[in-house]
Amino acid sequence: MAQQPEPQTLRQALASAAGAKRMLWGARGAVALADLAEGSAFRDGDVSGRSIVLATHAQLAAAQALVVLDGMAQRIIVCPPDLPFAHLAAIAAEAGADAIVTDRDETDFAGHDLPPRIACDLVPRSHEAAAPITTEWVLLTSGTTGVPKMVVHSLAALTGAIKPPQSGDAAPVWATFYDIRRYGGLQILLRALFGNRSMVLSDAGEPVADHLHRLASHGVTHISGTPSHWRRVLMSSECNVISPRYVRLSGEIADQTILDALKRQYPAAAVGHAYASTEAGVGFEVNDGLEGFPADILGETRDPSFKVVDDTLRIRSRRTASCYLGSPPQTLMDEDGFIDSGDVVAEREGRYYFVGRRGGIINVGGLKVHPEEVEQIINRHEAVKMSLVGARRNPITGAIVVADVVLHKPVEPGPDSDALKQDILTFCRAELPAHKVPAAVKFVAALEMTPAGKLVRQNG
Amino acid sequence: MSIRLTIYSQIEQIAAEQKVKIQPLRDDLLLSESGLDSLCFAILVARLEDKLGYDPFATAADAGFPVTLGDFVRFYENGATA
Repeated sequence: MAQQPEPQTLRQALASAAGAKRMLWGARGAVALADLAEGSAFRDGDVSGRSIVLATHAQLAAAQALVVLDGMAQRIIVCPPDLPFAHLAAIAAEAGADAIVTDRDETDFAGHDLPPRIACDLVPRSHEAAAPITTEWVLLTSGTTGVPKMVVHSLAALTGAIKPPQSGDAAPVWATFYDIRRYGGLQILLRALFGNRSMVLSDAGEPVADHLHRLASHGVTHISGTPSHWRRVLMSSECNVISPRYVRLSGEIADQTILDALKRQYPAAAVGHAYASTEAGVGFEVNDGLEGFPADILGETRDPSFKVVDDTLRIRSRRTASCYLGSPPQTLMDEDGFIDSGDVVAEREGRYYFVGRRGGIINVGGLKVHPEEVEQIINRHEAVKMSLVGARRNPITGAIVVADVVLHKPVEPGPDSDALKQDILTFCRAELPAHKVPAAVKFVAALEMTPAGKLVRQNG
Repeated sequence: MSIRLTIYSQIEQIAAEQKVKIQPLRDDLLLSESGLDSLCFAILVARLEDKLGYDPFATAADAGFPVTLGDFVRFYENGATA
């Protein structure tokens, strides 16, 4: 197997691949990557050897800060923008942080017990870099309740799946619907920085149509997001303003319906889905246009290697996180180095299909139902755009399956709506055992997404 | 539609959906012998909650579980005024 290249710092990678016109475009500003290789976004304060909490509002400020901090700070704790201040204080304390790098107003931090602040803004200024050190990267898990876990990575692990750019390729322009401070988004930022590419950053408050026009105006060619992100794109009347060459899905189950819908909408694009998580890192990419993955990726001799234990996918690779930070110590991997992904898979005819999350099981009178497997069936119905399956408490069976459904074309409540609900249920009954068929279907205008771009589920 | 008729029509619809044969619906029909299994009852309670806007199982404190179809209808009728 090919040796991994020696890890560089972000700044070294930028300097060595400084294309003349490489840019990082945010929603409200832009920076030339060549300037970033030389400059610092910090107004004052020394970050050398310190443990830094990176808590900016803007993604562009975060990207600039990361370039400066990698190789200088001992540890960077990368916070998503929606992290509550109460969690921020807990995380800073647990991680032994001695400074916060932020673009926020001082008043935002009033009343919170936090380390001293170092301001960063969007104008790089000249900067003398000392000899680089190896920086520990700490990413936060995207759980919906409680303080997120802190997951420790090295830059080498984070960039382990990135292939060097092929000479002669038309330089891609990357974009992601993720925030770059989450694993999926950070992967794309690193791809752009290490791959001689430009990138367009997302903005949480931006309407989908505006975002798509911004992607189009910068000539974006490669775009990544969750299936939920992509469904939002396909639901937008502006989805045809972009013409990507590569469409990438990750973060949730990419079912055949969404893969086919994207292929229809963007016939010139390669559509692929990737398996990755904050803890397990990038696992594999599937580019044959089919849901699931071929069984021949399983085996313990390769890197990364995968195995299925108790129907759950386990991963060992040099791209996984090294440990969790904080006390009490939590175990990340088993004694053989495998990380339990919690993703339940089922094998059919030489291919594995994602069934759902182990923690998300609905128990209907003792029978297990994965919400995602029901959603995949509902989503195949021609009238259905997307769906969210959940549990409703029930006095007879403990819980029962119910579904919220978004239609391609809304239907007024009445006989037509009732008939369509019956048709969807009949469709489900043909594919699923009775206990997995929703007891009730509700038509909704939209489904809520987490800040990480995944459908909001009752049990996170 | 009255609560009784709503319950009857839902039972008939669920029986048709689940392809189970049910006994004629009358007050003294024992639920355990109605032909509906526990999944059918679970669906029935969920659908009635959507139709009627309440679930008497969730609100009735110490009420015993209805044994006959007549009990079941009264359980929902009482739930409406609870």
